[in-house]
Amino acid sequence: MKKLASYPYIIWSAIFIVIPLILVFLYGITIPSETSIFGLKLSLDNFQRFLEPIYIKVLWRSIWLAIVSTLICVIIGYPFSMLLAKTNVKKRNMLLLLVIIPMWMNFLLRTYAWMTILGKKGLINNLLRDIGLPALNLLYNDGAVILGMVYNFLPFMILPIYTVLTKMDKSVLEAAEDLGANRFVVFLKIVFPLSLPGVISGITMVFMPAVSTFVISKLLGGGQFWLIGNLVEEQFLRINDWHFGSTIALILMVIILLAMGVMSKYDNKEDGGAGLW
Amino acid sequence: MVEKSIKRFYMFLIFLFLYAPIIVLIVFSFNDSRLQGSWDGFTLNWYRELFKSREIMKSLYYTISIALLSSVIATIIGTLSAIGIYNMKSYKKKILLNVNYLPVLNPDIVTGIALMTLFVFVKVRLGYVTLLLAHITFNIPYVILAVLPKLKQLPKDMTEAALDLGATPFYAFRKVMLPEISPGIITGALIAFTLSIDDFVISFFTTGSGISNLSITIYSMARRGIDPKINALSTLMFLSVLILMIIINKRTNKDFKRKDVY
Repeated sequence: MKKLASYPYIIWSAIFIVIPLILVFLYGITIPSETSIFGLKLSLDNFQRFLEPIYIKVLWRSIWLAIVSTLICVIIGYPFSMLLAKTNVKKRNMLLLLVIIPMWMNFLLRTYAWMTILGKKGLINNLLRDIGLPALNLLYNDGAVILGMVYNFLPFMILPIYTVLTKMDKSVLEAAEDLGANRFVVFLKIVFPLSLPGVISGITMVFMPAVSTFVISKLLGGGQFWLIGNLVEEQFLRINDWHFGSTIALILMVIILLAMGVMSKYDNKEDGGAGLW
Repeated sequence: MVEKSIKRFYMFLIFLFLYAPIIVLIVFSFNDSRLQGSWDGFTLNWYRELFKSREIMKSLYYTISIALLSSVIATIIGTLSAIGIYNMKSYKKKILLNVNYLPVLNPDIVTGIALMTLFVFVKVRLGYVTLLLAHITFNIPYVILAVLPKLKQLPKDMTEAALDLGATPFYAFRKVMLPEISPGIITGALIAFTLSIDDFVISFFTTGSGISNLSITIYSMARRGIDPKINALSTLMFLSVLILMIIINKRTNKDFKRKDVY
């Protein structure tokens, strides 16, 4: 009986997880053709099409903006996690809850909030107008998209780093201090290397949604602002070229797999942190 | 002393960054002007309009009904399969667990277009049913991941003891196993429910005309520009999240205390 328990899910996951991905794969490596039997022809034309300058530019912009946002999240998130890990336990749980709560609010609303602050008729520009300054173009540029990404994904960076820091063996730090290391050396040689697993899972958790988003770029970047996610959406919902859309989706998956592969490889070299997982 | 105040100031700045947009949304949901920034007095007009808007009320209904149905179905299938996976042979277990991780690790947009491709391929009309199927699909993995650790904590001989003492397998499951793993099941159900309420990307691709959840409605409204009705909606949603978080937090605290006893 116990063995039968998983059968519904085996069937479910075959139909709704495995087959859809196989379909995307098949769409990605074929093009419509009137001469062949199924109306499809095996072809890598769509991959070649992706190499055209317009698409490559979009690809680089997506990767670049995701990297910048991830870096900003590390830079402002790491010190914050350290401070959070150092506060006393009672206050800490409260503060942790405060970090988590915005994450639970619908992320469209969080993105919309920035529209109302940065927009032409938004909060900042209205305040500027009131004191007689000219309005600024804050929305619909790289900066706004990066801001939206950092705002939406910062908790994903803070939480794993915080978790690793609180689980760290304090006696190791004391030992280093006893042996004469100053605070800076202790951080550089012990705390940071030991916290790398947290940083790495933070990086993956920020980079992945950042590189594949199409909502943040659409709302904060405007109609002309394209990331790879917008390309996929466009191909599937407006242009209806599912073959090219699937090709782009496959490329997106490869990018994420590569990023995760690089991250886990880097993680394994730091054998000091392996036990903390 | 200076260092301490710098640290405090830094933490304050981060919290300001996290909460300022939400506070702005809430404050201007009571503003009598369409413009953000100019305060024209207090009003509840936007709330009134919010409840009058058929578009929003309809999507609220769809959001809640999809979230309830999908989380209940996903919890049942997920719990059963967690038990199944736990008792599986190692290589089969590995395969199914890896498949289970696919929707968790894949970007939402890929899961979304993959499901859409499937539905269109088998010629199912996109709408309520496909939306529900999609939500169940991305919810099950989280339920499994919540229940599995509880199963691992369960002493293996406990169900056997119950069976030796004459309990039927179902009775043993209901009386011995279920009470032990129920915290995991409830956590899984709550995760599933909130994920379903919050989802935009997968819903966006798997729904058809006329059926849209709150996220999709907010997206289409936000694309048209600033609308104070969304502010009012944000305030209400933020309050519900706050209440839900407090409840969950109390639950997990209880859970921790229970663990301490053992």
